Amino acid sequence: MELISPTDYAKDLVLAIQEWTYLAARSIGNVFRQPRYVADTLQQADLIGVGSLPIVVLTGFFTGGVLALNAARTLEQYGSLSLTGQLVSISMVRELGPTLAGLMVAGRNASGMASELGSMKVTEQIDAMRALGTDPSKKLVTPRVVATIIMLFFLTIICDFFGLTGGFAVSALGLHLDAHQYWSNAYQSLEFGDVIIGLVKPLLFGFLVATIGCYYGLTSRGGTQGVGRATTQAVVAASIMILGVNYFASQLLLYLLK
Amino acid sequence: MPAPVAPAESPAPISGAQPQTVIVFQDVSISFEGNPVLEGISFQLERGETKALLGVAGSGKSTILKLTMGLVKPDRGQIWVLGQEVSAMKEEDLFELRRKIGMVFQESALFDSLKVRDNVAYRLIEEGVPDDKVQKRVEEALRFVELEHTLNMLPSELSGGMRRRVAIARAIVDQPEIVLYDSPTGGLDPVTSTTIIELLVKQRDVYHNSSLLVSHRLQDAFTMATHYFDRNQNRMVPVDGAHIDTRTSFLVLRDSKVIFDGSAHELASTRDEYIREYIS
Repeated sequence: MELISPTDYAKDLVLAIQEWTYLAARSIGNVFRQPRYVADTLQQADLIGVGSLPIVVLTGFFTGGVLALNAARTLEQYGSLSLTGQLVSISMVRELGPTLAGLMVAGRNASGMASELGSMKVTEQIDAMRALGTDPSKKLVTPRVVATIIMLFFLTIICDFFGLTGGFAVSALGLHLDAHQYWSNAYQSLEFGDVIIGLVKPLLFGFLVATIGCYYGLTSRGGTQGVGRATTQAVVAASIMILGVNYFASQLLLYLLK
Repeated sequence: MPAPVAPAESPAPISGAQPQTVIVFQDVSISFEGNPVLEGISFQLERGETKALLGVAGSGKSTILKLTMGLVKPDRGQIWVLGQEVSAMKEEDLFELRRKIGMVFQESALFDSLKVRDNVAYRLIEEGVPDDKVQKRVEEALRFVELEHTLNMLPSELSGGMRRRVAIARAIVDQPEIVLYDSPTGGLDPVTSTTIIELLVKQRDVYHNSSLLVSHRLQDAFTMATHYFDRNQNRMVPVDGAHIDTRTSFLVLRDSKVIFDGSAHELASTRDEYIREYIS
């Protein structure tokens, strides 16, 4: 295996960040410029949103369930089993809903974008598109970014809801908690700030997932092997960025909403 | 298969109008990852002229086409296309210029998720041409390459030669001023290659576009130089003694540099050892 010098590695990293930043900025700037590819955006919204619905629902449901299960063991020791709904709702809405939905969409769609655009890149379809007078960042990147941001927002809400439902299923069937008590506790414990935090994060995650997926696709080279590498790198980078940004976004939002 | 009907026009006569330059390369150099691909390349393409770019694999022929399109930027030198300096233009400004140029890629580069109709119509749809006009022009372009029946097929359902012809139809659908052909016969059998070259000759002589042709096959370039499209016979015929100028010249690359730029006659009579060996 060929070793790469630390200087070259650092240069490549800085260049990659610069290129990604440029692509990400253009993808947002394109929203305010003609032409706008509405049909492509709707098609992507269908692929990303409707396509990701089953995994987001299942992930949310089982995570909510296991949260309730684990929380109950601790809460029972303090005689506070009735607070299960509160713990599930705050955890799901503030942290787990956005993060899990983001990771699911990253696994499913960042890889899809990287492989689709990567295949187009290595078969010269991207160059053909440019040669035909179309800006690939407008035609391919912006629709994916816009669709991912919007759909991840709604997928997160759905993930939160099914997380609460999963928690409720475990509380009602396993812990024999009163349904009204669970739901009112879950609802009343949520503050305005929790909801805002939970709804701002998916906007950031959607942006990251789509721009990272598109970036790796558009910069892939080296034939089918290169496309495979780009796909893997896109999922890894998007997942790490979601987890990292989640921490800093939580810090910032908690400070701002204090 | 019935021969397609060509518009009633003929190849340019020898004593034509004063030519205009459509492409100028001036001292252009480019390297990839430290390896020089082109060094100090200079040439011109006049309006209505076809220039065949010849050279061994890796000599930078396809890079010249990509530089012309502005798909890659030179490290040094200037490139003018249709009076605009593409080497100094931003990517966003190039899209308008590229709409005046058609390009046939080496491996066709058709959009594999779009049907043939949508591939050929791509540029027209992007420009917002009404549906009925799009349909008419797509059918015309596909009739030109004798593939009208493939309208609703996907590229994966076509043979290599058919894909190449669809790529030609896509490049010429709105009759661009310049057409760039990147190895249009590469990887094809001799019969299909001749069909493709006949299409290129027809395109040149019917519509009088300016074009750059990259080819590995010397005989393709010579066929273009020595044949014209006879619309009465609806086929490509040798020039022989006819007073017809096919306006086809040759440019030979070697070791990143231009070693020959001239006519078929000059190429055949050159004393350069390398070229003589190359064309023999």
